[in-house]
Amino acid sequence: MSSLSEQMEHTFRLRNLKSYCMLAMIVLAFVVSALPLFAVFAHIIKLGFSALNFDFFTKLPAPVGESGGGLANALLGTAILVGIASVIGIPWGVSIGIYLSEYGKSKTASVVRFCVDMLVSIPSIVVGLFIYELIVIPMKGFSANAGGVALSILMIPTIARTTEEILKLIPAHVREAGLGLGIPRWKVTLFIIVRGSLMPISTGVILAISRVAGETAPLLFTALSSRFWFDGFNKPIASLSVQIFNYAISPFEDWQSQAWGGALLLVLFVFVVNLSVRILLLRTNTSKGKQI
Amino acid sequence: MRPLLDVQNLSAWFGKQQALKNISLGVNPNSVTAIIGPSGCGKSTFIRCLNRLHEEIAGAFLQGNAWLEEENILSAQVDPVSLRRKIGMVFQRPNPFPSMSIYDNVASGLTLSGIKRKSVLNEVVEKNLKLAALWDEVKDKLSQAGSSLSGGQQQRLCIARALAIGPKVLLMDEPTSALDPISTAKIEELINELKQEVTIVIVTHNMQQAARISDKTAFFLLGDLVEFAPTSELFTSPKDERTERYITGRFG
Repeated sequence: MSSLSEQMEHTFRLRNLKSYCMLAMIVLAFVVSALPLFAVFAHIIKLGFSALNFDFFTKLPAPVGESGGGLANALLGTAILVGIASVIGIPWGVSIGIYLSEYGKSKTASVVRFCVDMLVSIPSIVVGLFIYELIVIPMKGFSANAGGVALSILMIPTIARTTEEILKLIPAHVREAGLGLGIPRWKVTLFIIVRGSLMPISTGVILAISRVAGETAPLLFTALSSRFWFDGFNKPIASLSVQIFNYAISPFEDWQSQAWGGALLLVLFVFVVNLSVRILLLRTNTSKGKQI
Repeated sequence: MRPLLDVQNLSAWFGKQQALKNISLGVNPNSVTAIIGPSGCGKSTFIRCLNRLHEEIAGAFLQGNAWLEEENILSAQVDPVSLRRKIGMVFQRPNPFPSMSIYDNVASGLTLSGIKRKSVLNEVVEKNLKLAALWDEVKDKLSQAGSSLSGGQQQRLCIARALAIGPKVLLMDEPTSALDPISTAKIEELINELKQEVTIVIVTHNMQQAARISDKTAFFLLGDLVEFAPTSELFTSPKDERTERYITGRFG
């Protein structure tokens, strides 16, 4: 009797030991995979935090040789560029997504889907060059418009594919219920299916925005940069990412520090956006869990 | 009595496969007609032909006539969208529209066809939630999401939604197959009361259910209408041997 319980205790201890070993390995794997992120974060905070002050957010860049100044024009510029990109990219991308999900069985649709997938993996600098040829050269100048169009092309595939995936989650019988009420298909699609999914679609849109907000390469050939305030949509415009690039390769310590400040701001933006999207999705998912 | 809905020689196909073979059947006004039969016998296809949802499926088509009063609802001249306002449908799974409130769900058939008058909508929502025996349970939370209700309540919400556009015929495609026995009993009771308002055609897997709620029952087998008779007759003295084998559970 006692030998049996002893034996059981032995097995039990062995199992516990194994369990702890596995747990330790999992924790280790987590640390290893998260380490680069935290290292980048820590480094950027260390170097960038000191550059963030009131002037940084409110002033134009100081002339060469003078210290101080800020990146206010670049912040505003990035906002304007992302705004232009959104005006073009969101309706376009969402429309493609609706088409792929609601009429996605045709041959045309599979060609469109393939093209969208290809577009995801096209290097952003190539998009920049393309817009340079398409808009900058004919318009004879770098411009905010060209930069916005370049960014919009990068937004479209992300938005289209997330919209498609989200709409596909709605079962076919919900669409039939709409049709069964004597509502034409286009109204069912827009006012029942799409409107019912606005929340998750907007999270896809926000992720696309956070992605293009940090893009640098496509802006180098399109929006260029500027040391002044926004001067019109057909003029070159400053942007945070290009300003970081210019300052980081400059020989002046003050500028380099401001580049770190800008980098910190960008990373914070992406971080906050991603976090809030996660929280939003978590909420909608839990409320969806009650359905059916 | 002249049938409200008179189906004549209805055949339906999915591509090359024939799902319904020459079905003729009359549905009396303010009655409940049950369609029974094994899976894949075409009973769902049959009612989906009646509101022309059948043809929304790629490659599906149908042939034949069905008279709703003076109108041949299967003719190409009839617009399926406006037909569906006369023949409503409730589905197998409760399907409230996503992120729409209880109120908006019931009102959706009206609001999406341009009726925006608040007083009209309020009246329609209250009347039909009462008809669907859901009003007392939801009257204090009309702005909550339809999907926040329980499965049985959701199904009654879908019934209210279908009734709100004032159909003459209500098609029900196994409306209780996803529900527990208590919710099922409530829906059956409801069907019994709704007879006063609307003519019901219900597909069911459950023969006891057909026996409990219907006036006439049709037995479908492999796309054929085998027997169509008053429910008590069909279950007690079936004329066809196949019907007898099916209702006594001695079926292959």
